[in-house]
Amino acid sequence: MKAISVQSLTKRFGSFTAVDNITFDVDQGEIFGFLGANGAGKTTAMRMLCGLSFPTSGQASVAGYDLYTGSEDIKKSIGYMSQRFSLYEDLTIKENIRFYGGIYGLTNAQIKDETQALATSLQLEDKMNSLVKSLPLGWKQKLSFSVAMLHSPRIVFLDEPTGGVDPITRRDFWSMIYAAADKGTTVFVTTHYMDEAEYCNRVSIMVDGRIDALGSPTELKDQFQSKDMEGVFLRLARKAQRAEM
Amino acid sequence: MYQFLFFIRKEFFHLWRDRQTLLILFGMPLAQILIFGFALSNEVKNARIAILDSSKDEMTTAIVSQLEASRYFEVADNIASSDQLEASFRTGNVKLAVVFPSNFQQEFLHNNAAAIQLIGDATDPNTSSTLINYASAVIMDYQQGLRARPEVPMMIHTEMRMLYNPQLKGSYNFVPGVMAMVLMLVCAMMTSISVVREKELGTMEVILVSPIVPIKVVLAKLVPYFLLSVVNVASILILSVWVLDVPIMGSLALLIAECMLFTMTSLMLGLLISSVATSQQVAMLVSLMGLFLPTVLLSGFMFPIENMPVPLQVISNVVPAKWFYIIVKNVMIKGTDFVHVWKPTLILTGMTLFFMAVSIRKFKTRLE
Repeated sequence: MKAISVQSLTKRFGSFTAVDNITFDVDQGEIFGFLGANGAGKTTAMRMLCGLSFPTSGQASVAGYDLYTGSEDIKKSIGYMSQRFSLYEDLTIKENIRFYGGIYGLTNAQIKDETQALATSLQLEDKMNSLVKSLPLGWKQKLSFSVAMLHSPRIVFLDEPTGGVDPITRRDFWSMIYAAADKGTTVFVTTHYMDEAEYCNRVSIMVDGRIDALGSPTELKDQFQSKDMEGVFLRLARKAQRAEM
Repeated sequence: MYQFLFFIRKEFFHLWRDRQTLLILFGMPLAQILIFGFALSNEVKNARIAILDSSKDEMTTAIVSQLEASRYFEVADNIASSDQLEASFRTGNVKLAVVFPSNFQQEFLHNNAAAIQLIGDATDPNTSSTLINYASAVIMDYQQGLRARPEVPMMIHTEMRMLYNPQLKGSYNFVPGVMAMVLMLVCAMMTSISVVREKELGTMEVILVSPIVPIKVVLAKLVPYFLLSVVNVASILILSVWVLDVPIMGSLALLIAECMLFTMTSLMLGLLISSVATSQQVAMLVSLMGLFLPTVLLSGFMFPIENMPVPLQVISNVVPAKWFYIIVKNVMIKGTDFVHVWKPTLILTGMTLFFMAVSIRKFKTRLE
């Protein structure tokens, strides 16, 4: 069974077609890179798959549930890390974990275990009771990812998770992504960094709301006769008609 | 239910961490009650007056001492001639001048008529007309005393009695008003800001992706502010009863129930604002201009609605605070039963349900 399966998904806002008839599948346990220039429609597509926005037309299933009828089940099976930092700065790390664990229905015992495990893996044992706003950005992003993974979702959606983060932390972050994928979690990630695109099992590149390329990084580099993903991306993105939003 | 509790807990953490806001929320009602109670008052006490007595006879002396005996006036200046009147007003010390002509007593006894001139400082028209009324009343009183002998066989005596507030205390009027103001501010403004903040920070998006039902998110937001309002209502009532001596004439239970109703109205308005506002600043401005100002200006608490132009009178009907003010005044000051306030109560309930329906609809459509 595919983790995500999308057929002819379209989203229109009035006369503007943000997402134009896209079709793709994502396998369970795969790291799927979702690339595209600003305004290409990545975030809109992702929001539809997360149940934040209804499609205008088309079919999709996420974690085996239909997008239209199974949105409650989908919500329980996915994790989401938004583009903007989404932990509460005025709460401590512990309180954030409790809150997000709580709204995903984890029991107190589970939350306690998860908090302990998270503190150890992120080496934050002595910081668990300090406010999130006192953490450096890199730590916040790693924490944010761990919180999105708290309830062991089958699929995790990451919307530009490494924006503004230093290279070392980005590498750490990708180790975390690999660790999650090794455990069988499907990772659906958008990024602007082309070196990160190379880390993905497969990538799709969106231009003007359509998916213009889809395949493993090696396949795409062969197809577009480029030595790296940056070249592939530039060739496709330059064709874009739409102005940046 | 379980998720819901986690949510409320989180809201309390937010409130607790934001000490400044918390201090304002608890301190504001206290400050307002004390300011209105002791500083801002339209009652006239010990107003300084000037006397120009060209007669200096038995009667004028009696009238002046009667003026002084009332607690309204205090003679600040005795003027010898009318040239000095102007100067006396200019200094700003004197709010009213009482001018007796020469031979006052003689005129009165021989011609059966005499005139006293009252000159008011009308830079503040309300105070000056109040002072002139008070002074005339004192003089009339003196005259009544003289007329003890029935020289005129028929005469109309007016006897006044001020019901519900015999001492004409301003606090009877503003306690209900301050209550409306504080509840509106705490509930509507704070709720709208706290919901919009989550939209701004992007946390709302993450919450909406989670399995929690949107309606629970909204309700959880309301709980802390509802509790805060209960504390505020209690502190306002305690202060008014024990510090300002404003009694609670009617049933305390009814009064509290009505306060809770108005709290709900304000909370729903806050939610409504949060569903249209896109930033915390917008939410704050909309609450201040759209809710707080009408509450102050159109509820009847600062300015009597009967004196307003008809269009404003009509508009005042959609201001929830107007109805709340009517209810509180009736229950608290007059001591009326529910039977007499059911109409405004029904209107407030209707408004609350309407705002609730609209904001829940709006909240859903935001998810598209």
